[in-house]
Amino acid sequence: MAEGAGGLSLEVKDLVTSYGAITALNGVSLSVPAGSITAVLGANGAGKSSLLRSLSGLVRPRSGSVLLDGKEIAGRAPEDVVQLGMSHVPEGRGVIAELTVDDNLRLGGLWRKDKADRSAALEEAYALFPPLDQRRKRLAMTLSGGERQMLALGRALVARPRVLLLDEPSLGLAPRITAQIMGLVRRLCDETGLTVLLVEQNARSALSVADHGVVLNLGSVVASDDPAKLAADDNLRHAYLGF
Amino acid sequence: MARFLSVTLGGLSGGMIYAAVALSLVLIWRATRVLNFAQGAMAMFTAYLAYKVLEHGGSYWVALLVALASGLVLGAFVERVLVRPVENGPPLNAVVVTLGVFIVVEGLAGMFFGGTPHRYPTHFSNVNYRVGDVSALAPFDIWVIVSVLVVAVLLGLLFRYTDVGLRMRAAAFEGEVARMLGVRVGRMLTLGWALAAVIGALAAVLVSPNVPLSPTSMDEVFVFGFTGAVIGGLDSPVGAILGGVGLGVLLNYVAAYAGSDLQTLSALAVLVLVLMIKPSGLFSTTATRRV
Ligand SMILES: Nc1ncnc2c1ncn2[C@@H]1O[C@H](COP(=O)(O)OP(=O)(O)OP(=O)(O)O)[C@@H](O)[C@H]1O
Ligand SMILES: [Mg+2]
Repeated sequence: MAEGAGGLSLEVKDLVTSYGAITALNGVSLSVPAGSITAVLGANGAGKSSLLRSLSGLVRPRSGSVLLDGKEIAGRAPEDVVQLGMSHVPEGRGVIAELTVDDNLRLGGLWRKDKADRSAALEEAYALFPPLDQRRKRLAMTLSGGERQMLALGRALVARPRVLLLDEPSLGLAPRITAQIMGLVRRLCDETGLTVLLVEQNARSALSVADHGVVLNLGSVVASDDPAKLAADDNLRHAYLGF
Repeated sequence: MARFLSVTLGGLSGGMIYAAVALSLVLIWRATRVLNFAQGAMAMFTAYLAYKVLEHGGSYWVALLVALASGLVLGAFVERVLVRPVENGPPLNAVVVTLGVFIVVEGLAGMFFGGTPHRYPTHFSNVNYRVGDVSALAPFDIWVIVSVLVVAVLLGLLFRYTDVGLRMRAAAFEGEVARMLGVRVGRMLTLGWALAAVIGALAAVLVSPNVPLSPTSMDEVFVFGFTGAVIGGLDSPVGAILGGVGLGVLLNYVAAYAGSDLQTLSALAVLVLVLMIKPSGLFSTTATRRV
């Protein structure tokens, strides 16, 4: 899976996920063409994180189908999903605070057999995020919020994913850093053909880089359209997007 | 002064054994947030297997190897089969399971090996070296100290410098995140328990020349090792070793200057004192998580 291997398509059909009596996803369908960015928007509790967690295997969907490059992966364990080429950067980033920056990054590629390409991917991540390069031996707990986001993103990239699931990368970041991260995601997509499912509450910045937008509310898709059209729809904006 | 020095040095080898038990408890605690009350009993059982090897004419080293290998298997089995189902439940469930293992293992040992204590041979001389008026540290004590130190250093190298060590640390700190990064977390936890049981087995083989082997012979050693681990901080391997050694030396002072029947009581006093001053242990750096 060398660089430029390109993204895979992701197809979600009628996904239902619940936590006991609480239904988080109520039959969600969406499709992300290979090499494109789809933004998933919605208010708190809409089910955005549950969607990503169901895709990456952290929670087992009750029913429905998840096709990665046409292959059914619904219900697979997270450690398998990542090895099939889909990496998940969780909400709050999931950086392991007690490990160094270098250990966190290396961990992302540890499952891969090709050791030479592992270190190549590691150095690419450092080149992509110079602040991390300067802090290789520092514990992740000492990083700023922006640096943690870089670390989480870099760690996912070290796996050379072909589909990237990003859960609120802008959370807690200054607008300038958010713009940088969004720009980077767009660039990865354009240059390597990476497929991205981008969950955001910051609808405006997500729509500015996305190829397609989906709005979730109470576990259901209430809109799915061109980003410009979603942003222009006043009703939608006021009801779900908050800008 | 010479007496004081002798007593201090004399506490080191006992302390190293507590340190080994403490270290094994810390490994398990870090991996699964479970306090393994069966750690001493499991170690006792492996020492019995080693003793059987000796009885059948095996060498000290073959017997030691058998103890370590059976520790590896026993530790893995207990985690995978008995503890795994309760790992994510309320902490009390795990406590009940490990107490159950403790009772069953001691019961089985009584059934298989009988209740009569056996003195495990030392292989090394037990005669203290002498420098001036200071007399301490027989060759056997040196072996105890060196072997535990070597194991501790190897373990440190494993965790710090190998891929599997990194996986184990990640699995212990953030299981869910580790899984998302492709780590087979369950396997890492099993491995952690297995390695811990190996260290426990070493401790049992090392202590059995001085505490004759019987189904309950590791009980007190476990209590002291546990105390050492809590003193050092259940999250800190280095703390466990320092806590164990410190306790060993302290208990030797108590035995020499106050009487050996006061040892258990003093260990308890130290434990309570540490818990009052710094509940997370003297050497714990990270705030206690997930408890
Ligand atoms: N572990 C859980 N146990 C029970 N209910 C949960 C759990 N996780 C989420 N939920 C519920 O599922 C619903 C969807 O939550 P989810 O976290 O997916 O929303 P979200 O869109 O990511 O929200 P936010 O923008 O706040 O991150 C909510 O009603 C939430 O309370
Ligand atoms: Mg969320």
